[in-house]
Amino acid sequence: MDSNPTDTPAKLAINTVALTRRFGNLTAVDHIDLHIPYGEIFGLLGANGAGKSTMIKMLTTLVTPTSGSAEVGGYDIIKSPAEVRRSIGYVSQMVSADGALTAYENLQLSARLYGLPRAERSTRIHDALELMGLTDSARKLVKTYSGGMVRRLELAQAMLHRPKILFLDEPTIGLDPVARHTVWDRLRVLKRDFGMTVLLTTHDMEEAETLCDELAILHTGKISVVGIPAALRAGLGAETTLDDVFAHYAGGLIHESGSFSEIAQTRRTARRLG
Amino acid sequence: MKRFILESAAIVDVELIKLVRDPTEIISRAIQPVLWLVVFGQVLAQARGIHTGQMNYLDFITPGILAQSVLFSAIFYGIAVIWERDLGVVNKLLVSPALRSSLVFGKAFAAGFRGMLQALVIYIVALVLHVSVRLDPLAIVAVLASVMLGSAIFSTFSLIIACVVKTRERFMGIGQLLTMPMFFASNAIYPLDLMPGWLRIIAQINPLTYLIDALRGLMITGGESVHGYLVDFTVMLGVFLALLLIAVRLYPKLAE
Repeated sequence: MDSNPTDTPAKLAINTVALTRRFGNLTAVDHIDLHIPYGEIFGLLGANGAGKSTMIKMLTTLVTPTSGSAEVGGYDIIKSPAEVRRSIGYVSQMVSADGALTAYENLQLSARLYGLPRAERSTRIHDALELMGLTDSARKLVKTYSGGMVRRLELAQAMLHRPKILFLDEPTIGLDPVARHTVWDRLRVLKRDFGMTVLLTTHDMEEAETLCDELAILHTGKISVVGIPAALRAGLGAETTLDDVFAHYAGGLIHESGSFSEIAQTRRTARRLG
Repeated sequence: MKRFILESAAIVDVELIKLVRDPTEIISRAIQPVLWLVVFGQVLAQARGIHTGQMNYLDFITPGILAQSVLFSAIFYGIAVIWERDLGVVNKLLVSPALRSSLVFGKAFAAGFRGMLQALVIYIVALVLHVSVRLDPLAIVAVLASVMLGSAIFSTFSLIIACVVKTRERFMGIGQLLTMPMFFASNAIYPLDLMPGWLRIIAQINPLTYLIDALRGLMITGGESVHGYLVDFTVMLGVFLALLLIAVRLYPKLAE
């Protein structure tokens, strides 16, 4: 189990060693070492196609690595995927709540798939709805929800089983500023009250700056830089914004790359939430 | 095993809620079999062009049309799965600790319920057309079980195709390409005896043939299962288990 005895994996929520994934000729993630302590909100930045999503998919056991290793919540993602899944929550970049169901029914499904005992389910669901401010709309069909409500429901689903670690793929994409701030606020509560570690990807510099304790910028499958937001700015001199930091380390402007399908997907998500 | 049942039940419940809430699909899917029975079946029965032994033609094709509607509604199940993939639902299910087999089996089982609703429609139409339907409860239960198994087979087959092609456009093409040949290369609207040798061989490896064969004996007074129920159900169960094993392997690839 212990793939890297020099580190102290027990203290790390996420620990990767030379994690690599190739798709044909393309190396989407290229020997990445990432060490994220428990209790942090950690942001992964990078242009489209930099390897953020593949990274998250490997850590959530959706994609198997080509080489290298990783531990999530103390479990090896290749040897113990079931234990990893039990320790994590995940909100996809896409809209994954079922619009044809109510919020309550969506949460019931999660509760049952995560094997929460029947006696606990309704309390947990009630608490999650309360926490995400959805109690009053719990019995409405999700397709009538606003984008921000859908995201909060998805967070409720992801945290229902009290995971140690949350993975969020662009959690505020397509949301208006008010909804965005509400989501950030809820994430801070999850961190503070439940001690959850959060790994999120984002294109939003404000989100990176104000929400994240630490950032890593990816460029063509490798980590260009890791650090706390203020230190990253300071490293490039006075008056530097995080946009400058991004441009410096991510090899250009935010939206200059990305495949057709990625762009199409992003727009689809934005349209459905907006 | 308990876990497998509980998780599958969670998936089935969700599908049933959706089905009850929006039954338009059931209604639209019911139109085609009604046309086959009312128009095609009645006309060909008049023409007496196809020799079906003791049975009159409408009696003969009623189980065939039921099986056809089971096939047609189940085979497009993959579209729903691709849609769920595009929405991120598949990823969400796969990140959960639920057994991959529960996720696939739950879907197949839910498809079975849809099939049973089709059966209900066909029973009603058949009664209106004075088809010699067997109405003893045991026979009806056996018909529903066959329909359940048939739906599970074709929906799982469809899921496998979805896992391979991954896009709706390609799926639509392949779905069309498979359903009509599977229907015509079966004993649905003519007996195996009337087929040229090569077609009979294809029909005999077509699982649809075994579903229809079982239904013909179970659903119609005077109908008989040519292969025998034991063979029919053994073949269907075997095919389902084989497909299930393949689907459980392929389904997680949808997330990549």
